[in-house]
Amino acid sequence: MLREKLYKIIFSILALSSLLFLVGITIILFTEGLPIFHEAGVGAFIFGKSWYPTYDPPEFGILPLVAASFWVTLGALLVGVPLGVGSALFINELAGPKTKAILKPLIEILAAIPSIVFGFFGMVIVAPFLQKLLGIPTGLCAFTGSLILGIMALPTICSIAEDALSFVPKSFREASLALGANRWQTLTKVVIPAAGSGISTAIILGMSRAVGETMTVLMVTGGAAVIPHSFFVPVRPMTATIAAEMGEAVMGGAHYHALFAIGLILFLTTFFFNIIAEMVSRRFRIKLGLSG
Amino acid sequence: MENSIEIKAEEINFYYGTKQALKNINLEIYEKQVTALIGPSGCGKSTFIRLLNRMNDLIPHTRVEGKIYFEGQNIFEENVDVVGLRRRVGMVFQKPNPFPKTIFENVSYGLEVNGIRDKKFIEEKVIESLNRAALWKEVKDRLHDSALGLSGGQQQRLCIARCLAVEPHVILFDEPCASLDPISTRSIEELILELKKYYTIVIVTHNMQQAARISDFTAFLYLGDLIEFGLTEKIFTVPKQKMTEEYLTGKFG
Amino acid sequence: MKNKLTQHLGFLLLWVAIILALFFLGTIIYFVFVKGISIISWEFLTEVPRRGMTEGGVAPAIAGTLYLTMGAILFSLPLGLACAIYLCEYSPAGYVVNIIRMSINNLAGVPSVVFGLFGLAVFVKFFGFGVSILSGSLTLGIMVLPQIISASQEALIAVPQSYREASLALGATHWQTIKKMVLPSALPGILTGVILSIGRAAGETAPILFTAATFYTRGYPNSIFSEVMALPYHIYALMTEGTHPEKQTAIAYGCALILMLLVLLMSALAIFLRQRQRSFYGK
Repeated sequence: MLREKLYKIIFSILALSSLLFLVGITIILFTEGLPIFHEAGVGAFIFGKSWYPTYDPPEFGILPLVAASFWVTLGALLVGVPLGVGSALFINELAGPKTKAILKPLIEILAAIPSIVFGFFGMVIVAPFLQKLLGIPTGLCAFTGSLILGIMALPTICSIAEDALSFVPKSFREASLALGANRWQTLTKVVIPAAGSGISTAIILGMSRAVGETMTVLMVTGGAAVIPHSFFVPVRPMTATIAAEMGEAVMGGAHYHALFAIGLILFLTTFFFNIIAEMVSRRFRIKLGLSG
Repeated sequence: MENSIEIKAEEINFYYGTKQALKNINLEIYEKQVTALIGPSGCGKSTFIRLLNRMNDLIPHTRVEGKIYFEGQNIFEENVDVVGLRRRVGMVFQKPNPFPKTIFENVSYGLEVNGIRDKKFIEEKVIESLNRAALWKEVKDRLHDSALGLSGGQQQRLCIARCLAVEPHVILFDEPCASLDPISTRSIEELILELKKYYTIVIVTHNMQQAARISDFTAFLYLGDLIEFGLTEKIFTVPKQKMTEEYLTGKFG
Repeated sequence: MKNKLTQHLGFLLLWVAIILALFFLGTIIYFVFVKGISIISWEFLTEVPRRGMTEGGVAPAIAGTLYLTMGAILFSLPLGLACAIYLCEYSPAGYVVNIIRMSINNLAGVPSVVFGLFGLAVFVKFFGFGVSILSGSLTLGIMVLPQIISASQEALIAVPQSYREASLALGATHWQTIKKMVLPSALPGILTGVILSIGRAAGETAPILFTAATFYTRGYPNSIFSEVMALPYHIYALMTEGTHPEKQTAIAYGCALILMLLVLLMSALAIFLRQRQRSFYGK
């Protein structure tokens, strides 16, 4: 019997590891990132418009980086949400069982394509193509970044949204059709509202993924740390900044701390999104009468 | 009756949370006899039988009061070896639940978890158990096929063989024929009549005719109370309690 | 009449959505395949790079990716499986389960570059492992941990409770039941999680940027403390460093193709396994 208790204790300790890592990440980001606030001041850091970490004296204003992340993510959602949710609706409503059986796994498989492949593709094919097509000075800009990110996020959004739609009980649909509504009306007035929270979760998680994406934006958005005034100029989102500059930052120096601080902001942002997605999805399950 | 008492339940009260499911049950299970527990749904018969091998321990928020004596000890005492208890008091469940393993592995499982390593011994025991469960002839050529390929009745007999392999003293049957067709039911009933030569048997059934056919003693429970207990032939012909008579004649339940 | 028109329009939009989605994704796969296949050769897969990354093969990068991925799984599988076992089989008090579950979900959403930062500060610097296979594997391992836990949990929960009851009723202890009954049954599901994690770990760049990867190594790594080349990083480096864009782009296509095929294969395998497991229990 003592051995059994031992096993239970060992497993409980190991299980807490995930909590441990989460806490560990938080601690590290704080300890390595906070020093920059000492140097540069919180306000100047977050709202400063100039990011020149390698100048002498260096400037650590991250507003251009945050703005870049914001715009690129927004653009990605404009591409990814209609395509993702639209595809989900297609699979759920219009696809026959055989088609569905092919499409669902297919989309899931496509969600696994590594971001570096997307970034690479964006850089060598899409950017030059758009440059010619739209007559812009360079194809490596926020627009291209948004486009590629949106395509990257769409399988994820589609999968989660389709799961949400399939959870809506058949009885809702049948009741609506029995009252004389057609399929489109049933879809828009009954099914989508019922799955609303689930679809929102899909969008929030897609957004979280887009904000956190590194390699794609690194290779495609151009890399100019300037607040963008249009979609067609090069920008440098937060993730790309960390990836591109950590190599040259002096260990323990101000630049190093500044990059960790950006990491901290990124972490808190996605953490925040995840909490919201969690709350929304809980409401969804309660609404449909599933277990909470 | 010359048979000695194998299990004795004294003043058993059982609670699911605040709801009382068993009230002051006093019952004796006689050695190498078949004791049937009958009563309408929700009367507590399954709850009671699951106390005998402490399977109710698995359900959270339950409480038991009273004592159950087996082999000279109250099974609810602190230092009781529950694992050993369950080996000596085996159970066959309502829905056949063979493991997703081969037929052979299903029967040898109990031996392995009890530390038996001798391959020859295990093999002999498996054959013996399958024989005792009247399944050997049907499966002897496919011992290494998946158990899930057997029919419902065969699966239940496999579960019985699995239980027999660890050499219990008592076998608890919790509505063993509930999900079986009449022919399989018949074969299980015949098997139980054979088994009682070697094992003490307690069977829960909602089929009174089954109880009348195969049991030596019958306990009639209703809403957690033990209404009547005695020799089967007496209970079914001259029941002492009015409620028993009404249940047996189908006035309720 | 108006309703019918709206319906036709609406459905048309949905058709457009799915077609565009498949088109975009298909284009990427098509281009990478077509341009990459021409450079793939036995030499490409087995030889070291020559002439400043413009000729030869990418074998060290393939090896590096293999080592990093294996290391990640070695670290995260025992840990993740143990966590899943604890949550499913030992069923701790409600609030503990919720805290752990929330941690797992949040860990799953952390951006990959943040894992890289964590790995840099903790494994490379604090523990002093330096830029190495060890640091990279550990970092990747933490990244795929939530995936392993989720898949393992799903697999464990799918094992019917009646089996556990039957096992305990035969006199098996809790741990014996888990070891001999539950785990073997849950194996396909757990494997699914491992396969998906292999795909993920192999394809990620940001976590290994500061912890393991380098553009050029002389030959193959000789210990877990060496830095390595890795396929995803190699693609990035080829495109951003070096002096011969055309040749390097061609090599990058080859790497992208290998990586993409690897990941797609893993994904398809995992889904196939999952379908088979579902139909097995559907009996």
